Amino acid sequence: MSDTYEPVIVGFLCNWCSYRAADLAGTSRLHYAPNMRPIRVMCSARVDPQFVLKALREGADGVLIAGCHPGECHYVEGNIKALRRYKLLQRLLAQFGIEPERVQIVWASASEGNVLAEAVDRMVEQLRALGPLRWQETVLGGDGHGPVEAGEPAAEEV
Amino acid sequence: MADKGKFAMYWAASCGGCEIAVLNIGEKILDVDANFDIVFWPCAADFKYKDVEGYPDGYIDLCLFNGAIRTSENEEMAHLLRQKSKILVAFGSCAYEGCIPALANLTSKEAIFRTAYLESPSTENPDGVLPQPVTQVPEGELHIPEFYETVKSLDQVVSVDYYIPGCPPEPHQIIAVLDAIIQGAELPPPGSIIGAGTVAVCEECPLEKHEKAIKRIYRPYEKRPEPGICLLEQGIICLGPATRSGCGARCPQVGMGCRGCYGPLDGVEDQGAKFLSAIASVIDVGEPGGEEADLDREIEAVMESLADPAGTFYRFSMAHSLLRRARVNGSGDGEGGTA
Repeated sequence: MSDTYEPVIVGFLCNWCSYRAADLAGTSRLHYAPNMRPIRVMCSARVDPQFVLKALREGADGVLIAGCHPGECHYVEGNIKALRRYKLLQRLLAQFGIEPERVQIVWASASEGNVLAEAVDRMVEQLRALGPLRWQETVLGGDGHGPVEAGEPAAEEV
Repeated sequence: MADKGKFAMYWAASCGGCEIAVLNIGEKILDVDANFDIVFWPCAADFKYKDVEGYPDGYIDLCLFNGAIRTSENEEMAHLLRQKSKILVAFGSCAYEGCIPALANLTSKEAIFRTAYLESPSTENPDGVLPQPVTQVPEGELHIPEFYETVKSLDQVVSVDYYIPGCPPEPHQIIAVLDAIIQGAELPPPGSIIGAGTVAVCEECPLEKHEKAIKRIYRPYEKRPEPGICLLEQGIICLGPATRSGCGARCPQVGMGCRGCYGPLDGVEDQGAKFLSAIASVIDVGEPGGEEADLDREIEAVMESLADPAGTFYRFSMAHSLLRRARVNGSGDGEGGTA
């Protein structure tokens, strides 16, 4: 158990661009924060908003959706679909009291390992500033009927 | 008459519409009377909680439980009726997934009390008295149920045998379920959703559907729907694509978009997220290949016309959704609205 809070980011990376960008970041030996847990999806449009909500509820502090640049989608417009969902999801999450920085979208082509790495680094810093989300404990509470007292840290995080 | 089944119906946090729906099954109610003894039904017959407590466990053959779990009284009754019932049915959208009462999960108990007891224009409460679980009076202590921070569905409190969705369930669906039970038909596996369809409302809906691409979203008062054409296509919110069928698409046929009361389809955990996908997909962003900034602006402009996404997408399913409630002690204001 470390003394500092390490944000957990669930990253949905599209097979055609962003997963390859992550590969490139690795083979280029770029140094970036190891906080992202990458999940390869065939397209950013495959990211059902349910995946994002579930990740946040089950312990992720943030979710990063990464896809091809608009106009470069392997499925022509999948990323535009992802973008539309993302914009609407941001509005929805705001109503739930979830900060916009917790769910981000980034376009990183297969040659842009640095773009993906920078996005992860930036997001980790933002999440560090926001602090942990801990939806189960702080929002649903022990019995789910109410939140536990604010500011009461979970044992494993102190 | 000893072989008659025992029937109970209870309302927790609900509007009473489910009771009306049961009475609304017409002459079939006589079959219910012929086959069941009513042993508890606060809306229709005079029994006390004490009577239910006196029944042996499993005494009630069929208990239709409607209403969400909002107070400690609701929760106590849920436990009591679970213990006394052979078949406990979450009847109607409130018991099944929270429904309108669970929209309170978008705010806090404190904010609800503030509005209801202090700030609403019709409230006269100069001393600022709020309901207290325990009050001292000269005669002794008075107790009222505790008002919970979060509204829950019935199955988040006790185990439930079946779910009958709908706000309220349609009479023909109630009849089908009651008939099956009365005739001793083999019951589906516990946990099943009964009295509903398996496809989306759109499949039952006779409105004509074309390619959808909408430039803005209209609230019901802003537009008179063109008859015979899919409402979503006209920019009027209709949750048909993300809602279980079984109602016969009655609302869209009279120009009122589906509100989603039959809940999510099989395999869907979060109806709101699914509807979010559906509505995002019909937003018109023009021809592909435009500038990214223009794209952002166009999408934002359409989104701007959608008031209250959370309340719209989760109108009936908040308690059963993935996030279940808004954060009230974080940086969210708990008041809804956009960031």
